Amino acid sequence: MTDDALDLATLADDELVEQMHDDLYDGMADEILTGTEILLARGWSAQRVLNDALVEGMRIVGIDFRDGILFVPEVLLAANAMKAGMAVLRPLLAETGVQRIGKVVIGTVKGGDIHDIGKNLVAMMLEGAGFEVVDIGINNDAQAYLDALEEHQPDILGMSALLTTTMPYMKVVIDELARRGLRDRYIVLVGGAPLNEEFGRAVGADAYCRDAAVTAETAETLVRARRELAAAS
Amino acid sequence: MLVIACGALARELKAVVNANQLTGLRMEYLPAGLHNTPKQIPAAVEERLAAAAGRYDEVFVAYGDCGTGGALDTVLERHGARRLPGPHCYEFFAGAETFARLHDAEPGTFYLTDFLVRQFDRLVWRALGLDRWPHLRDDYFGNYTRVVYLSQFPTPRLLADAQRAADRLGLRLEHVPVGTGVVAPTLVSLGMPAPAVWR
Repeated sequence: MTDDALDLATLADDELVEQMHDDLYDGMADEILTGTEILLARGWSAQRVLNDALVEGMRIVGIDFRDGILFVPEVLLAANAMKAGMAVLRPLLAETGVQRIGKVVIGTVKGGDIHDIGKNLVAMMLEGAGFEVVDIGINNDAQAYLDALEEHQPDILGMSALLTTTMPYMKVVIDELARRGLRDRYIVLVGGAPLNEEFGRAVGADAYCRDAAVTAETAETLVRARRELAAAS
Repeated sequence: MLVIACGALARELKAVVNANQLTGLRMEYLPAGLHNTPKQIPAAVEERLAAAAGRYDEVFVAYGDCGTGGALDTVLERHGARRLPGPHCYEFFAGAETFARLHDAEPGTFYLTDFLVRQFDRLVWRALGLDRWPHLRDDYFGNYTRVVYLSQFPTPRLLADAQRAADRLGLRLEHVPVGTGVVAPTLVSLGMPAPAVWR
């Protein structure tokens, strides 16, 4: 630590959380790790550290990315910083057996779409929002999605594409779900740089999600709505 | 005839125009940097189309879909303009068949053209922040397996620069000379004067 470096341990809880938002924004993974450990040592639950320090910090990053203030490299740095905190929190969250909001199977679509930066960010934000995330990786064909759905029985299927040439494949997957009578069993969310709401509607998704933060909010809203509907019927 | 073109194609288009003396084409170029911000392409093209309205018999747009997800085509339909075929410059330089073969053989291919070789440092390395945070390289390129340089007018210097770019990405380089693909015949057909009997 340099002489003028801030000693995070001297900060009050609220100041520390605010500092962690700044550190996340600046992609400072070591500081996020330290801040996470300090809050845990002060008796904060892993869930509270996750929600108040990390997820809230990434939400701010997401807003500034959306508004063109931050760009992809800065978001990647922030995500890597969040990962450092998540590495500490994940086993604690598992130990405490916190009730998950739901489960998501997520992957990029077939056609050679190997671009997974967005998908990885979404997976991280969904996990931060309390979802169990099964990431099936890149370049998935319909059968790979169907196999994962069958194996993991999620609430949500998330599909991502960066390429204009691969995004139509999302419709192939959704049509295949419909053909097998499985479409209504899952909430289908789609996202990726070249997509928009109109495309989401056209391929028969439940929602188009423009970024990672919106995906987490949408996923939670739709899962809760579905559960309320099921409970009422 | 007005051609509104991507600045990333400027050298190649100028070469075709000069070689074929296509004096009837007025060429206008949009900033090449839009290559990295495809969402801004439709609005930028529409602004030029609106400015050109009523001043030309026909306007041609020298772009592919370029990652706009069909949004550029919506703009072109509104203005009755046409564009180059295919999703992006890699395909209309290489030809659909060659590009499909390359893509199918290795989906994890990062493509360079003459322009991208020249501008690699600015539009790839620095635009992705790799000059400041080189450790992010694998976040971006971890799924890639090779660089294919689809050359238009290759020179020893461009080939050396392409190799240097591939080395910086930690990927092997393959050179596929493709020339200007459909760009040259398209421009020539646009720029040829109509036969006298049609006038």
